[in-house]
Order: sequence, then structure tokens, then C-alpha cells
Amino acid sequence: MPNLILRVVSKILIPPIIIFALYVQFHGDFGPGGGFQAGVIFSAAFILYALVFGLDAAENVISTSVLRFLASLGVLIYAGVGIATVFLGGNYLEYTVLASTQVAGQHLGILLVELGVGITVFSVMLLIFFTFAAKGRA
Amino acid sequence: MMQEHLSIFLVILPLVAAPIVAIMPRGRYAWAFSFVVAMVCAVIAGQQLWSVTHHGVISYALGGWAPPWGIEYRIDSVNAFIAVIIAGIAAITLPYALLSVEKEIPEHKQPLFYSAFLLCFAGLLGITQTGDIFNVFVFLEISSLSTYALISMGQKRQALTSAYQYLIMGTLGATFFLIGVGLLYSQTGTLNMMDLAKLLPDVVGLKTVHTGFAFILIGIALKLALFPLHLWLPNAYTYAPTVITVFLAATATKVAVYVMLRILFTIFPDGFVAASPAGDLFIILGIAGVIIASVYAIYQTNVKRLLAYSSVAQIGYIALGIGFATSLGLTASIVHLFNHALMKGALFMAVGAIIYRIGTSHISELNGLGRKMPWTFAAIIIAGLSLIGVPGTAGFISKWYLVLAALEQQAWFAVAIILLGSLLAVIYIGKIVETLYFKPAKEKQTTIQEAPILLLAPTWLLVIANIYFGLNTELTVGIAEQAVQALVGTPK
Repeated sequence: MPNLILRVVSKILIPPIIIFALYVQFHGDFGPGGGFQAGVIFSAAFILYALVFGLDAAENVISTSVLRFLASLGVLIYAGVGIATVFLGGNYLEYTVLASTQVAGQHLGILLVELGVGITVFSVMLLIFFTFAAKGRA
Repeated sequence: MMQEHLSIFLVILPLVAAPIVAIMPRGRYAWAFSFVVAMVCAVIAGQQLWSVTHHGVISYALGGWAPPWGIEYRIDSVNAFIAVIIAGIAAITLPYALLSVEKEIPEHKQPLFYSAFLLCFAGLLGITQTGDIFNVFVFLEISSLSTYALISMGQKRQALTSAYQYLIMGTLGATFFLIGVGLLYSQTGTLNMMDLAKLLPDVVGLKTVHTGFAFILIGIALKLALFPLHLWLPNAYTYAPTVITVFLAATATKVAVYVMLRILFTIFPDGFVAASPAGDLFIILGIAGVIIASVYAIYQTNVKRLLAYSSVAQIGYIALGIGFATSLGLTASIVHLFNHALMKGALFMAVGAIIYRIGTSHISELNGLGRKMPWTFAAIIIAGLSLIGVPGTAGFISKWYLVLAALEQQAWFAVAIILLGSLLAVIYIGKIVETLYFKPAKEKQTTIQEAPILLLAPTWLLVIANIYFGLNTELTVGIAEQAVQALVGTPK
């Protein structure tokens, strides 16, 4: 097998990259970070995998149709939180009504919204990469 | 209370529908869903206009953060009226879209096509609903980005280059707008339009504010295709899928005009436009646009392109009304916004019906088709008469008010230009009519039939609207006058 070092190093690196992405995602409300950055880092792990192990292997892990679904899902989570707040009696995206206290509500709201952002950014980044990478194949 | 939520749902509904449509397996499902959304939006927009004219301004604080700190959606009779135009045109375009899109867009791309359409729709509605100038930029980008994608889905390869051309020009325009907004923000510290209107009079003498004003002016002028910044428009309209041409011609430039009106007359204090060179600039460029674009239109050999140049000329009329900066001039501009959406929508739909049957809109291929497709031909004639401004059609009303506004200013030259513009329109509409009816049909076209009812019905709906609003001006002119009041009226 060629490129033994590359393969081993990336296998070691990919789990910490994903953990770091999740840290940036869920620590975004207290420190620097948030859905956008986390989504990009998360997709970087997959792109590294695709670069080292090949496009087909990467598409076996996560297919483009799943990615398209996830890209839509993220937007729907974001907008859905907004609609939920309207039905709970607040204005659109007024997180306060999501929980019993204002702080808890704002906290929960921003976490959910950023989760939506993260999912969409992750899947769109990968979709763009797959689209360009697959150009040479056909 | 419910009313305010309706106003936000006008934007949210298409925005949520877009990702749902994107993952639908078949084009027909996507179409049906989009159609329902557009119909609901049209009803909400109509209800909103009624509420605004009867109960006054609607204000909605997004996320519960009170304006001017949070984003405010603020709807008065101007934006309610524009929202009705957009939602109405979308609701009329979508029934037309079913057959046209099935013919022009490959099946696997149709859900994405409708998704981009809904995003564009949401963006345009968002621009009208919001009372926050940075939010305007965001929605401007949402609608523009989806428009680039939609134009590039045209059948010919040129669609890609025209989408790219529009992308460059549109991005320049949006960037200029953003720079201008940034400069205003640096001097006032606010992005809320009403707050800006309150704070700007104190700093209006500063060079920074003047520079910001110039940046915004140029940026939006690019978006609304004011002559000579119109270069992206003819290609974009010619090569876009038919449905998109109809939708864009009737809505996109209108929204840009709305943003221009808002900034010139609501945000900047009274008399600022009259004192700045902007007013004269609009009159000069409006006149040049009417004449030059009309002459260009006469020499086009593709009917879609001919109508696109005619659109540039019509924007010239609107600019003329803005340039007068009187309430009569603005009324004329706003009435023409509405009427132009009706006539260009009808004309592009009728031409689209011809494209549906013969696959091209090149004028040499249309010989004698008028006798094969009498209903389509009649629609072109009536909408064409409206474009010329014949009494009894909607086009006459807007020209009439524009001439009144020019007479009020004793701008005799402008009056002559408006009449000359109508004469030029007679020539280019005459050119289409002559080819369609008086030239002998080509032999291979003997089997051409009338367009299907699903294409004709929306076209005729707009044609009848052209006549209705030409005879009954209470609704359009009445609301336009109210809208002008809301535009120039002092903020509370």
C-alpha cells in the first residue's frame, strides 16, 4: 500500500478534528466559535479522508443524497426554532419563550439555531468539494 | 397581534419551503408545493395591504429585540403595495411554470429549480418587508444569488455567460450598497431605517454621508438596471428560462426601485435629493434611457431581447418620475411599477407560449404565427398597446401621470420625450405584430397549434388586469398616492 505514513497520520488526525469541531460547535455560546466554524472544521475531517483514501471511499461514508438532505435539514432546524417561538407566544426567533427563564431560553435557542447552521455548513462544504472533485471522474 | 405574525410569515413561508422543495423527489411535487406557498403568500400580502391602508403601519420586532437595536420589520403602504406585486406575480407565474419548466429544465433539476425560485421569492419579499437597511442587503444577496443560479439554468450555453455577467455586475452593485450603508452607519451608529431618518438631518452636511449616499445610489442603480448601468439585463432576460424572465421582469427591478425610493425619500431628509445632483441625474439618465434603449429595442432580432431593452426604457420612465421628486412624479413612478409588471409579465408570458411551441424567439422564425396562435397573438397586441400607452389600458394611466408631473414642473422637453418614447414603442411592438400576422407563414410550421390552456390562462389574467387597471384607477393610483405620503411623510 502506497503512502503508508499519510494514511496512518490521517487516521490518527481525523477523530481529534471531529472532536474539535464538536467542541467549537457546542462551546460557541461561551467562547469563540459557533455553527459556521464548526461545520467547516467537521467537513475538513471528511475532506482529508477523501483526499487520502479517495473519493469513492468518502462517498461510501456519506453519500451526496444524504448530504443534500442534511443541507435542507439544517435550514429547517433554524427556521423551525423561529416558528416554534411564534407558537409558544413570542415573536419570530424570540428564544426567551423556549424555556422557563430568559437565560435558559436564550441559551437553548442559540444552541439549536447554531446546530442548524453547523449541519448546513458541513453538508454544503462537502457537497461543493464532492461536486468539484467528481468532475475529473466522468 | 396575529396580523404582525402574518407579515413575518410572508418571508418565512417561502424561505422554509425552499429547503423542503429541494429534497423532493419529483418536479411535479415541487411545483405543487411551490404553487400552494405562492398562493398563500399572495393572500397574506393582499390581507397585509388591506390592514396597512385601514389600520396603519405594522411594526414587528424580530427575536423580541425592540427597534432600533433589533431588526424591525416595518410595513407601510409602500412596501405592502410592492409585496402585493411580487406575491401576485409569483402566484400567477407558477401555474404557467408547470408546462414551461417541464419543457426547459431537465427532470432531476426541477426540484432545485423551484427551490431557487422560492429563495428568490423569499429574498424579494424580505427586501420589501424589512425596516433594517442591513437586512435589505442580506435579502438582496439571497434574491440575487438564487437569480444567478436560475438564469444559468437557461437552455442555451449563453445562459452561463449571462449569469456570470449578472453575477459580476450584481455583486458590484451589492458591494457599493454595503459600502454606502457602512458609511452611513459610521456617522449615525444605526441601521434601522426610521432611526436613520431621525439621525441623518444632524450629520447630513458631512462629506462621509454624501459619499455614502453616492455609493448607495450607484449600487442600487446597478441593481435596477438604470441606463447606462443596464448592460447585464438584456442578456440575462434573453437567456434565462422563460418563467424566470417573466418573474424577474415583473418583480426584480421593481424591488430595486422600491429600495431606491426608500433611501432617497424616507431615509434622507426632505429636500436632500432636490439639493443634490441626484435629481437631475435621474432625469437625464431617464431621458437617455427611454430614447436609447427604445431605439436599441427596434433593432433587435430576438423578441425576448427586444422586450428586455424595452424594460430598460420603461425603467427610464420610472427614473424620470423619481427625478422630478414631486409627489405627482413619485405617484407616476409607483403606478408605473405596478403597471409595467402587468404588461411586461403578459408580454413575456405570451412570447414564452410561442417559445413553448416552436422552441425559439428569433423574429425570423415567427412569420405568420399570429394566425396559428390567435389567443397568444391577441395577448401580445393588448399588452403591447398597454406598453405603448393607449387609452383604456394600464400603460396609459402611468404615462398620463408622468406627463402631468412633467407639466407641473414645466419640463416641456420631458413631455416631448415621453411622447417620443411611446412612438418608438409603436415601432418595436409594430415590428412584432407585423412579423406575427402579416408575413406569410413558413411551410414547416403548418402544424403549429395554439398554446396550451395552462400557458394561456395566466397570460390572459395579466392581459385582463392590464385593461381593468386601465379603466379603474382607484386602486392603483389611490394606493400609490398613499404610498407617496408614507414615503415622504416625516417619521414619527
